[in-house]
Amino acid sequence: MSDPALLIEGVRKSFGKAEVLRGIDLAVSEHEVICLIGASGSGKSTLLRCINLIEPVTAGRIVVGGVEVTAPDVDENRIRTSIGIVFQSFNLFPHMTVLANITLGPRKVLGQSRREAEEQGMALLERFGLADRRSEYPDRLSGGQQQRVAIMRALAMQPRLLLLDEVTSALDPELVAAVLDVIRELADEGMTMLIATHEMGFARDIASRVCFLDAGVILEQGPPEQIFSHPREERTRQFLQRIIAAGRM
Amino acid sequence: MALRPGRRPDAAVASRSSRILGRGAGRSAAIALVSTVVVFTAITLIVVNSPGWPEFKASFLNWDEVKVWFPDIARHFWVNVKLFMVCEAVILVFALGIAILRSLPGPVLFPFRLMAIVYTDLFRGVPTILVVVMLGLGVPSLQLSGVPTSELFWGGVALILVYSAYVAEVYRAGIESVHPSQEAAARSLGLSRLQALRFVIVPQAVRRVIPPLLNDFIGLQKDTALVAIIGPVEAFRQADIAQAADFNFTPYLCAAALFVLITIPLARFTDWLVARDRRRQFAGQG
Repeated sequence: MSDPALLIEGVRKSFGKAEVLRGIDLAVSEHEVICLIGASGSGKSTLLRCINLIEPVTAGRIVVGGVEVTAPDVDENRIRTSIGIVFQSFNLFPHMTVLANITLGPRKVLGQSRREAEEQGMALLERFGLADRRSEYPDRLSGGQQQRVAIMRALAMQPRLLLLDEVTSALDPELVAAVLDVIRELADEGMTMLIATHEMGFARDIASRVCFLDAGVILEQGPPEQIFSHPREERTRQFLQRIIAAGRM
Repeated sequence: MALRPGRRPDAAVASRSSRILGRGAGRSAAIALVSTVVVFTAITLIVVNSPGWPEFKASFLNWDEVKVWFPDIARHFWVNVKLFMVCEAVILVFALGIAILRSLPGPVLFPFRLMAIVYTDLFRGVPTILVVVMLGLGVPSLQLSGVPTSELFWGGVALILVYSAYVAEVYRAGIESVHPSQEAAARSLGLSRLQALRFVIVPQAVRRVIPPLLNDFIGLQKDTALVAIIGPVEAFRQADIAQAADFNFTPYLCAAALFVLITIPLARFTDWLVARDRRRQFAGQG
């Protein structure tokens, strides 16, 4: 195993008195796809937001590609360019066209010319079948299309690590598949990803490793086969049973 | 007095029923017309038959006075127009700066936030006319070299200071109405806080506050008459001169008419923008 793409050591995060992350340790190698599963409030989203420095950690350290991002004197804008994040609620910029959403980062942060950024943006749009929507505003797109654009917006920065925060949870069921296909394609290409998800079938299918979060700690982790078919922990078993009962697996 | 509140819902009902039923719109319009004629006729009769009417008519509604003075007043009204156009342009930029200053985070920038807060509190609190008098008479009397001594200039500065305080608050409301997730999305791409403000937050905020902002500008347009108190001859001042010359108040009415004339288009434009935004919002929910 080479130098880890992402290293998380003893990360804790509190909001006031509520401790949401209570000591997370995790090492992710290049090209690994990690799925974070667990109940709402178990800390999946908070962990992703801490890695992207949207939330500062209370304790512990996070190292991305050899750079400690939780160091006090770090240039957080530079760190963020190498870590893409996609949110549950898309968060596209409503006043910009699809293409402008995708090219904003490359132009303003990476310093690309408009032409260069637009060529690259169009290549992404063509690849994921949304080229004809380049001049639309986000509110004219379906949720699934918006989420695919949000993924492209993150990809346009050519991140080393992609964080996906329940990206299909806000979508109508029939729109989920197209978004998952995009993620699957990225996984096949070797993109290193950390995916918080409630789509257990998808996690089983795509993950190189599944982590079960419970009350702010990684209670159990392993290959999807083991977690889903032979969970060791009672809490994992209970969680999966609830998921099965809800017809989500 | 029941006229205004009464008419608007009527009109709304009329347009709605015409859309929904396709019939009955003509009936509503006829009722509105008759009701309007009756009410206005009644008011006119009451006023015209009041004991002081002939005197009032001679001193406020004198057509000869209009013919003599209106061109002069209109010419000087150009001063008001120039004044508010320049002020509005400066306010748009200056107030945005204040609003941004106030929304910057972090303990290091606290003094700047404090300055912005003190500024908006102060200039929203002091009556505009006092700011005009103090700046317009005070600063030129300092006789500083290189500083303009024109009263019109300082009157304009006073209006800019007062109205920027209001407009800054309007901008700030707009900035705060943009959901924090927008900033998170911008920052996650590596944009700095200022870049996020400039490319993502402020453009959305400004779109949202255009109607209330234009509303403040309607206020500014009429308040340009306040600079008259420190000397410059604009529409109100010219009407005042005319009044003093002929002992007749009709010139004031001329000045008032000019202000109303340019305010109405802006007011209707603002209404139209609000209505359009509302339509869009409802369309978005569909």
